[in-house]
Amino acid sequence: MSETTAPRTYKDFAQPIVRRLLLTRESAIIALLIVVLIGASLIVPSFASAATATYLMLDVATILLISLVMAPIMITGDIDLSVGSMVGLSSVVFGVAFQAGLPVPVGIVFALVVGAVGGLFNGWLITHIDLPALAVTIGTMALFRGIAVGLLGTTAVTGFPQEWTKLARAKIGDSPIPVIMILFVVLLIGAVWMLHFSKFGRGIFAIGLSKEAAAFSGVDVARTRLILFVLSGTIAALAGVYFTLRYGSARGDNATGLELQVIAAVVLGGVSVFGGRGALHGVIAGVFLIGALSSALRLANVTSDVINIITGVLLVASVIASSVLDWFKRQRARRALRSATQQPVTAG
Amino acid sequence: MKLNSRLGAKLLAGTAAISLALTGCGSSETASTGDSTASGDAGSANLSVTFLPKNLGNPYFDASSTGGKAAIEALGGTFNEVGPATATADAQVSYINTLTQQQVGAIVVSANDPAAICDALNEARDAGIKVVTFDSDTNAECRDLFVSQADAAGIAKAQVDMIAEQIGDEGQIAILSASANATNQNAWIEDMKSQLEADHPNIELVEVAYGDDDDQTSFDKTAALLQTYPDLKGIVSPTTVGIAAAARYVSTSSFKGKVAVTGLGTPNQMREYVKDGTVTEFALWNPQDLGTLSAYAAAALIKGDISGAEGDSFEAGDLGSFTVGADQTVLLGDPYRFNADNIDDFDF
Repeated sequence: MSETTAPRTYKDFAQPIVRRLLLTRESAIIALLIVVLIGASLIVPSFASAATATYLMLDVATILLISLVMAPIMITGDIDLSVGSMVGLSSVVFGVAFQAGLPVPVGIVFALVVGAVGGLFNGWLITHIDLPALAVTIGTMALFRGIAVGLLGTTAVTGFPQEWTKLARAKIGDSPIPVIMILFVVLLIGAVWMLHFSKFGRGIFAIGLSKEAAAFSGVDVARTRLILFVLSGTIAALAGVYFTLRYGSARGDNATGLELQVIAAVVLGGVSVFGGRGALHGVIAGVFLIGALSSALRLANVTSDVINIITGVLLVASVIASSVLDWFKRQRARRALRSATQQPVTAG
Repeated sequence: MKLNSRLGAKLLAGTAAISLALTGCGSSETASTGDSTASGDAGSANLSVTFLPKNLGNPYFDASSTGGKAAIEALGGTFNEVGPATATADAQVSYINTLTQQQVGAIVVSANDPAAICDALNEARDAGIKVVTFDSDTNAECRDLFVSQADAAGIAKAQVDMIAEQIGDEGQIAILSASANATNQNAWIEDMKSQLEADHPNIELVEVAYGDDDDQTSFDKTAALLQTYPDLKGIVSPTTVGIAAAARYVSTSSFKGKVAVTGLGTPNQMREYVKDGTVTEFALWNPQDLGTLSAYAAAALIKGDISGAEGDSFEAGDLGSFTVGADQTVLLGDPYRFNADNIDDFDF
């Protein structure tokens, strides 16, 4: 383009945007999602209905919310296994506050503060004590769950005000879309901006590729990771409040095992388990793919064990497929690099 | 340029496919609403009954489903069993939503949480589906009928009577329960405490331990109880997992024959310990009969023979005639006591 007048920028080496959008892991997952939606609509009786859409969105809402932060965390190469327990803990805190006679919004604030503090604790151990995220969050997974079950013990708090429980399941007007999706879209816009359009987001990808390189190029690695864990705890707490209101029951064992569903969806959506790559549209497609698949299989009277096997196989297959794809890409990049070094770019 | 237009065409095709799927939605949605009005009022021929146990792969619920299946098939209806792999309330809600869309005649459910599945059950009832709870109830306003295995007082009395007989009406006993928030277990334990206080002043209840319905945890808790209380005369375990684990521990320890183990168990799990003298007598209802009664109750509701009001009565095949009592509850009967004389007559 302008080799003679100005040095080439990294943008000149990038592929056209349309090609980038279509030839990625994310587009493969979106295509698979569309195939599953159309296939299930044709094969499974009563899958293609407004009710399915509503139930599907209500079911995946918790996972969607948490995945918005789990994706960036995994892109930096970390992981947060404590989110399911944080959903349970915030559910209990919210319930206990309500039981003590506090208004619902105050209970929500309490839950969010507990989430932020829990996330800060995770982040502090990881960035300041320099412990691996996997080990720290396995520990806090047990810790948060233990506090949750300990606080409420044998009981569950129920009887939340109807206007709140109804809101958690309400639909926007006559559409099949639940109200909770408004909150999700707002947070999604924030997450997309943070991850894909801000300096902070470029830092996230840089950390995932190499912490040392990121630090040398001016990224505050510890601060970035810490902020992400605080956000993760806070959004898990928000999901916990939603979970509690949707099921009208605050209990210590709420959302047991949720962390694995979130991580499965994020990995399926194209986030590399080794960090450095991923995009939110793929993650969202991954969440909906698992949700739609299990919804369709349930409607087709497939037993829960088989549903677990099918989603497991899908996950393993997607990880294998992406590794193979990555290998080919690396080969191609190496060849391109070799030819590029043979014909150096005339700069300046 | 050429590339872009080809991709544009692809995108267009994709959009068309999605809108196609969405149109599919609308049509079958109206079809299913048509169904629901047809089966809305009392007296329907939709004898499709689905059992939704707490979880699948649980021998107790396998037995209740066997009873339910035989009853529904004898009536010429369609029997189905669905359920989550792990016993959580949110997973049950997804299944209830699925059954609502499938327009089954009745759902027969054992609730993982008395409040959390309420809204989903009421949505099902609004769509004309009859809801029977069995084994573990929901809040009364969320179902048409509860088929109770035995009332709490009867279950508590059978266990208090058995332990009093087996330890000579005096000494220390402990209770080994399931999880700390199991609704039915907690109700029985409260009742046992008051019966012990009132009628057995020389029996001292020293501890209520929780084995979480996990075999290893229950086994370890048994060991801990026997170590903490050297004068312990008996253990009452109102859960099939707990009593089997307690009996297994005692049978291989020096406490065999000295510490009585009783409670609620299944004949197949307890046969060995009754034969080797560890356990004298334990009790349970017959889960197969419980399933049978629940199925007949569901069918009577579907056909409009009963509305679920107190005083309604219906026939339950070989089990005879049953009358709906207070709180829309049908009682199977007093717990059945198993001992060396009769245990070989049962296989579940």
